[in-house]
Amino acid sequence: METLYAILISPFAQMWDNPEFLLEVIIGGLLSGVLYSLVALGYVLIYKASGVFNYAQGTMVLFAALTFAGCLDLHVPIWLAILITLAVMVGLAFGVERVVLRPLVNQEQIILFMATIGITYFLRGFGQIVWGADIRNLDIGLPKEPMIVSGVLINKFDLVSAVVAGSLVTVLAVFFQKTAVGRALRAVADDHQAALAVGIPLKTIWVIVWTTAGVVALVAGILWGTNLGVQFSIELVALKALPVLILGGFTSVPGAIVGGLIVGAGEKVAEVFWGPALGGAIEDWFAYMLALAFLLIRPQGLFGERIIERV
Amino acid sequence: MLYREAGQFKTSYVADQAIFPILQDRIFIVLILVFAVVGIPALAISAGGEAYWLGTIMLPLLIYALAAIGLNILTGYAGQVSLGTGGFMAVGAFAAYKLATAFPWLNIVAVFLLAGLIAAAVGIMFGFPSLRIKGFYLAVATLASQFFLIWLFNRIPWFTNYAPSGVISAPPRALLSDIFVTGAAARPLFKYYFVLVIVTLLALAAKNLVRGRVGRAWMAIRDMDIAAEIIGIRPLRTKLLAFAISSFYCGIAGALWAHVYTSSVEALAFDIDTSFNILFMIIIGGLGSILGSFLGAAFITLLPLFLENVPPKLGLVIPVNLITNIQQIIFGALIVFFLIAEPRGLARLWQIGKEKLRLWPFPH
Repeated sequence: METLYAILISPFAQMWDNPEFLLEVIIGGLLSGVLYSLVALGYVLIYKASGVFNYAQGTMVLFAALTFAGCLDLHVPIWLAILITLAVMVGLAFGVERVVLRPLVNQEQIILFMATIGITYFLRGFGQIVWGADIRNLDIGLPKEPMIVSGVLINKFDLVSAVVAGSLVTVLAVFFQKTAVGRALRAVADDHQAALAVGIPLKTIWVIVWTTAGVVALVAGILWGTNLGVQFSIELVALKALPVLILGGFTSVPGAIVGGLIVGAGEKVAEVFWGPALGGAIEDWFAYMLALAFLLIRPQGLFGERIIERV
Repeated sequence: MLYREAGQFKTSYVADQAIFPILQDRIFIVLILVFAVVGIPALAISAGGEAYWLGTIMLPLLIYALAAIGLNILTGYAGQVSLGTGGFMAVGAFAAYKLATAFPWLNIVAVFLLAGLIAAAVGIMFGFPSLRIKGFYLAVATLASQFFLIWLFNRIPWFTNYAPSGVISAPPRALLSDIFVTGAAARPLFKYYFVLVIVTLLALAAKNLVRGRVGRAWMAIRDMDIAAEIIGIRPLRTKLLAFAISSFYCGIAGALWAHVYTSSVEALAFDIDTSFNILFMIIIGGLGSILGSFLGAAFITLLPLFLENVPPKLGLVIPVNLITNIQQIIFGALIVFFLIAEPRGLARLWQIGKEKLRLWPFPH
């Protein structure tokens, strides 16, 4: 009885009693959801353009953050550090296309997926050899102090990350919709063979897509690193982007954003209000169960294309 | 010259349906079994490394092979990608723990079988989404089982019999009166034989399953579900059966892992890395091959040992923290290399070798 009460009634009573607190939790969750969205965005970009489910995206976030923090530790100015990291991510994109994707062209999706897991291991080991395994603090002068907006406590840093993420998405959207390269990317995403037939160079497109994913990873890595410190748990948190993908759909950029926000807010609310009754740390699985429940209702996600086959 | 089926006539249906229709294959498999039963223990004991060779190398290898067979049934034969293997193994481990402590008089074999059945039931529950989705959506959905189950065993004290630390040692149980096979005090030799027998029997069962009616139904679903449905295979039953049997194997593997190999029941031993490791095994070994499960398990368990032991022999001294990183790099590179060189895995290489052998000494 008591457990049932703690699960079914008292959380809602708490929310009702203290709506400001609920709002705070939701806003905090939404803002951390922005980070999930960013990682999910990286997955979506690559999946759309090459049909590869890139498991290494989480490690790319970590790798970018490690490289960036490592450069800063060597007293490189911030703008140069960003440039260096970008160069590294471009190099990575070329390497992946050359060494992994090109020989594996025309293989089944699961094989490509496994190959990206291989990339994950490689990057993890490589990053640690070059930059060491210590936790690094990343401080690029972003404001961190909390502030109060009409009775609700908000962290300034979270706002900054939301703005950064928002502008990144806008830039990407313009890039996809308005430029020639963006059109080529969408063409490849639609139909590989048709895109090849009209003369779109597939290999270049892949490099561009992986570079874009690398840039997104860098932004996510910097934001995340500033928030939590650059450490290997980033990778595990990046796994949370997978349920985000399910919620939003594997092929939808807005889906990744909305899904990330839903997962971020949902899991914070669940943790704060239901966590104590269930034994705590339900953040670990809440997103996955939410995604699982969601799949049964709408298998293609919120905005995903309806190409999923009926079974 | 040595390996060919010429002259071996099948005169009955039984002979036609044998697992190993060729005499040379039968001889080979018997030799391998003899080596596993007599050769490996003899070598290990004579080298003075019973605890090391049998206890820390052969045990995890065999148990991983069992889990890989389980995942191969689901992913390789039925075509349902799963990343929840670790979760199902944890179910087996904790079910066996609860059963063994609640019914101390129950024979350990019965405990493990029941634990497998419980894991199968849980597997069916998490298999339901497979009726509506497939591919990567399903893979991510199975992650839910991974994270939820591990959380469950970590957080609900009932599963650990209210142990304060969360790490509990496996109860020692004997197979016969005094031949202990579980717990930390049991002799590695007995543990090895116990696991060997279970794995061999279950592998044999799996081999027969996948070449029978059930296995063909799985493969039909894997290759084209709509066509399979049209020729009268029920997707619901077939898929759930695949989830059930796969989880049964994984559950028993998990129970063996916790009770026989590590002798401590803890949920963290079955984290997401375990799931990925086992997925690697079946990809590198070969999807849709029982032999491949063994080859993959051997490859993944022996590779780190190899990387650890070979550089010092060559006179290279590498600091310890560097070794793990280099291992990861080599591991990742090898996975990519293998996928490029032979996407269908070690089992395919084995098959190619046999075909070459059949023609030898002629090239064509």
